[in-house]
Amino acid sequence: MSHPTYLNTTRRGFLGGTAAASALALGARARAQDAPALEEYTPEYLSAAEWAFVMAATARIIPSDGDGPGAIETRVPVFIDLQLAGDFGNAADLYMEGPFKPDAPDTLGPQSPLTPAEIYRGAIERIDAACTDDYGSVFADLAPTQQDEVLSALEEGPSTSGNTSDMAEDAGGAAPNTDGSTAFGLTPELKEFFSLLVQNTKEGYFADPMYGGNAGMAAWSYIGFPGARGSYAEWVGREEDYPLGPVSISGERA
Amino acid sequence: MARTDTKRDVVIVGLGWTGAIAGIELAKEGLDILALERGPDRSTVPDFKYPDVIDELRFGIRYGYMQRPKKSTLTIRRSLDEEAMPYRRLGSFLPGDGVGGAGIHWNGQTWRPQAQEYRLRSYVEETFGADAIPEDMTIQDWGVTAEELEPYYDRFEYMAGISGQAGVVNGETIEGGNPFEPNRSRDYPLPPLAQQPDSLHFADVARQMGYHPFPRPAANASAPHVNEYGMQLGPCNYCGFCARYGCLNYSKSSPQTCVLDALKRYENFKYRVNSEVLRVNLAEDGQTATGVTYWDAEAEEEVTQPADIVILAAYSIHNVHLMLLSGIGEPYNPQTGTGTTGKNYSYQMNGGTTMFFNDRQFNPFVAAGSSGMSINDFGMEQIDYAAEGFIGGSYMTCGHSNGQPIRGIAVPEGTPNWGAGWKQAVGEHYGHSTSLGSHGSNMSYRDCYLDLDPTYTDPHGRPLLRLTFDWKDNDICMTQFMRQRIEEIVEAMEPDSWQSSYKEDGATYDVRPYQTTHNVGGAIMGENPQTSSINRFQQAWGQHNVFVLGASSFPQNIQYNPTGAVGALAYWTTDAIVNQYLPNPGPLV
Repeated sequence: MSHPTYLNTTRRGFLGGTAAASALALGARARAQDAPALEEYTPEYLSAAEWAFVMAATARIIPSDGDGPGAIETRVPVFIDLQLAGDFGNAADLYMEGPFKPDAPDTLGPQSPLTPAEIYRGAIERIDAACTDDYGSVFADLAPTQQDEVLSALEEGPSTSGNTSDMAEDAGGAAPNTDGSTAFGLTPELKEFFSLLVQNTKEGYFADPMYGGNAGMAAWSYIGFPGARGSYAEWVGREEDYPLGPVSISGERA
Repeated sequence: MARTDTKRDVVIVGLGWTGAIAGIELAKEGLDILALERGPDRSTVPDFKYPDVIDELRFGIRYGYMQRPKKSTLTIRRSLDEEAMPYRRLGSFLPGDGVGGAGIHWNGQTWRPQAQEYRLRSYVEETFGADAIPEDMTIQDWGVTAEELEPYYDRFEYMAGISGQAGVVNGETIEGGNPFEPNRSRDYPLPPLAQQPDSLHFADVARQMGYHPFPRPAANASAPHVNEYGMQLGPCNYCGFCARYGCLNYSKSSPQTCVLDALKRYENFKYRVNSEVLRVNLAEDGQTATGVTYWDAEAEEEVTQPADIVILAAYSIHNVHLMLLSGIGEPYNPQTGTGTTGKNYSYQMNGGTTMFFNDRQFNPFVAAGSSGMSINDFGMEQIDYAAEGFIGGSYMTCGHSNGQPIRGIAVPEGTPNWGAGWKQAVGEHYGHSTSLGSHGSNMSYRDCYLDLDPTYTDPHGRPLLRLTFDWKDNDICMTQFMRQRIEEIVEAMEPDSWQSSYKEDGATYDVRPYQTTHNVGGAIMGENPQTSSINRFQQAWGQHNVFVLGASSFPQNIQYNPTGAVGALAYWTTDAIVNQYLPNPGPLV
């Protein structure tokens, strides 16, 4: 089976035009250093404003301080951009036939008519607008403590049911620390945004580096996961740290 | 566009475990067979080869081997009053896709139900009185016995190369095995898997408490094995990528590793992929099937395929969907309790306790799908239902089947879901936790069933299947009982901390988090055409040339993973077709 086509763009974006053959010969650390700085990365899907939001939000979801790498060093924003540009973002596998009842109980599963990529777009626009109203600037330009406040408010709301689109529309721009059901005017169609963002951030942190994140396999090294080694028969029953570092699917080592 | 192809002796719908078993057993008889698989073809190479298959994002998270809801899904509601919503994104369960079906992506946990599970209603009435069964509980007997099925379990286990330790052989209890298992005629074909330190610690503590730990029976080969078809398994290398993945190592039993290459050598067997069966066609009098109609995706046309025998071997819920679409049996009516097609859907009641051992290293990535030590001291035959106030049972296992980081790293309760606290916690706790889980039965109920959705349709314009299901007090009571037993063992294991997750009073079914792909019932076997869809040979009561294989046959769910029973019943039925039906076609009961 062939890889989804967006993986080709992963390579192009990640390596910045470096010949893949020579890059594969390099160690993972060297390879990560060869990749263009995130500031120079040209997103496949996200607009400049959305890219700034995702950079800032993932930097708070998995921060760089403390033990272990953060989302920025592991290039999680690149992963998210490429996912949104591909089958995941386009809901290629999902049942997307109507009628849609986005305000159905959360426990019956996502019912939004929007694709994940559209949910990111719609939610970021509203959150940035609300941040501008309440704090005077878009999310990316807030202080980290303010950003954490916003993310915490998003995590709390919107409510699980009974929240019609019209009600949420009317509440657009509500202060982030008000009732979660109207936080940031996220309509039921957009209510999955925060859980998608956190999930995608963790995916980018821990997925194979070929998807654009987990640069240098640093997240695997941090927790002690050996990646794609795929053979541990000699280590069954041994209560000792596994001695070998991770390998990736393309054969990088760290 | 439409065409009609030449008649076959047998058409098989779906080429997973049951389709492959029926295929090879009937091919040996010289029958002209066509299997229709709606998904793509899949083989170990190239589809499961190293290293491409070791890709958690693509297969573990984006479900690369699963059915895409875009092509096939169902709607779900929790009560007769609720409006069903489409299962737009996979969550609670993951039906497999393509050749091999769910047999590709299982963990390989392979059990035999306890003897009384096949005659549950009779057992409860005889032992505890009919009053022990709540009014809305619709449990039934299967119409088969453990003794009758034993040779077919043996056949399946030796074909699939199961690794395990027998507990009861020819009436003799064997030390180190499960003393509560039904009697077996011989040991497993392969010795048990090696175990990790967390599982061994549990086994020591459980033994000290008077329980009977044993290695969980595994369709992960512990040693080389050649089966009756000449197919070869190699020893598992504990790669830690089992459930949701195809096996890169020819170690996990699957249609690919155990049957298909042998089956494909029969010139009288053919299979077509990307060929979705739309309906079973019935004769004008409705008493027999005349064949099937399927969508040939390559030719982009409907094909009528006549056949003398139709074997439904799709995933459980899809067998039921086809029966409802085709008029096989009367649709079940939850108000009146009449009709049988769609009746008695049930699921699996699981729970677990996570333990943190800060100074121990469990290397969770070193795992086979069915690694772990189990106890069955609280099995369905071990519990006094009258005293405890519920009907059911479970087995418990300590261990892990993978250490894949996206799918979840256990962190202590109170850890934030993101931010510095989350990052710190995953770094501290990866490799230093384990779990003791309860895998339990789920009874069947009057208002848990399958029918056709009134609103939503699939790409062929057919109504989607509609699932009505919720958790019930009886089963919540069962899992809370197991929680108490597990927490006693957990405390004796002396972890630094632990936390429990079990369904509690008032729990409702949440379709989002993965729970289990053990969806059973809907086309249940039984002794009476008024109360079951198929007879004890999995033959449709109303159409004698239609056989329905799979967990759709279970009248309520067993306490175990279903594949052992699904495999044994497939051999039981194909044996009946060969030795009873072919010489004298007609109702076998």
